[in-house]
Amino acid sequence: MSHVSRGFTGRRRDAPAGRLPPGQYDVGDGFPVLSAGPVPYTEPDEWDFTVQGQVDQVRRWSWQEFQQLPREPVTVDIHCVTSWSKFDTRWEGVAVETLLQDVETAGEYVLAFCDGGYTTNLPLDDVVDGKAWVVDTYDGSPLVPEHGGPARLLVPHLYFWKSAKWVRGLALNLVDEPGFWENFGYHNYGDPWKEQRYAGD
Amino acid sequence: MERTALRRRLTWQLAEVLAVTRETPRVRRIRLRPPDWPGHVAGQHVDVRLTAPDGYTAQRSYSIASPPSQPETELIVERLDDGEVSPYLTDELRPGDLLEVRGPIGGYFVWPEHADTPVQLVAGGSGVVPFVAMLAHHRTSGSDVDVRLLYSVRTDADVIARDELRPRPESAVVLTFTRDAPADWTGPRGRIDRELLVRHTAPPEQRPAILICGSTPFVEAVTRELVAIGHAAERIKTERYGGMGDTS
Repeated sequence: MSHVSRGFTGRRRDAPAGRLPPGQYDVGDGFPVLSAGPVPYTEPDEWDFTVQGQVDQVRRWSWQEFQQLPREPVTVDIHCVTSWSKFDTRWEGVAVETLLQDVETAGEYVLAFCDGGYTTNLPLDDVVDGKAWVVDTYDGSPLVPEHGGPARLLVPHLYFWKSAKWVRGLALNLVDEPGFWENFGYHNYGDPWKEQRYAGD
Repeated sequence: MERTALRRRLTWQLAEVLAVTRETPRVRRIRLRPPDWPGHVAGQHVDVRLTAPDGYTAQRSYSIASPPSQPETELIVERLDDGEVSPYLTDELRPGDLLEVRGPIGGYFVWPEHADTPVQLVAGGSGVVPFVAMLAHHRTSGSDVDVRLLYSVRTDADVIARDELRPRPESAVVLTFTRDAPADWTGPRGRIDRELLVRHTAPPEQRPAILICGSTPFVEAVTRELVAIGHAAERIKTERYGGMGDTS
């Protein structure tokens, strides 16, 4: 530690041991909303979810078909790059590996795409094996548009900008294509435990 | 050139605090001299990190209020009573202190340098800070872009950057007071609604580039009304305070 801020003691909360990544604070009951543009309001009957790109065959689910897929409850901690973390958030949705079950692909990268034009990129390995979901409920209720409804990606082991709101599909790619914030100087991978906030971290 | 600045690796540096001045009862302007500042684009922010004697740290993001042409970097910070970092910056920090910062950060919510349409800025409260930088840049760079600011503020005492936001020939600034207006005020009052937007912002036919900054309810309400009166969603960029930069 090189520098101490004169007169600063901090108002730390007692975060559960080992659950607060470096540089983060516990936001408690709050749930800040951030987005780069207007909130899209997509009705379920206009919604579908697509798996495309380097795949043997494009897969598409209507809202109704998506609702028939096997669902999982998920309770996880989330970490926003703007430095708040929130513990034990409760979601429900479909695991990404369920959506990719029969897909044949040589792609090793995923680009999630969304209503409103937002994108974010992830290694394929980071969205399978119980690491990522497409969720449509939060805390027992349908996901509201401000928090990404009808459905958002949930990838809790990475900074929360990777958990794309208003997600409409995944493109499987042979090359890693930077997404929206990744093109604006944010870290390409975004591991909160390594504090990978910005490019070069 | 801007891209180069954005791509540069961001490292923490100790900036000397040159001045802390009062903007409003709750808001201070902090003038800093970072030793290695790569330059910024109007609208970008910095991360500020505070460290306690035992090594505990807290960091938050603050918008830059100064234009790129100004050698010193200015932040404008509103005191959040339940905050951890802002009360330190507004109450404790003084000239001669060293403040750990890194930046500039963010390349999205920035002044549209080559706009061929009007630029419409809409601010609520301390959401005006990035626009203070943008209007100063517009002025100092001699830009002939038609820029307008609609600024919603509680009372006259809460107006930030009063001098810089005085209406000028090249930039129109419209204030609306949501709580108390000055006695001689003849301009708009009340929260920004559809009628106020229609009357005081660039119309959809001009396809303005729109930037909105404020609290989440403010940004939601203004954005919804602007889309309803015919502005294209892709022309609207938003930023909410409490956090910058991602879409979580």
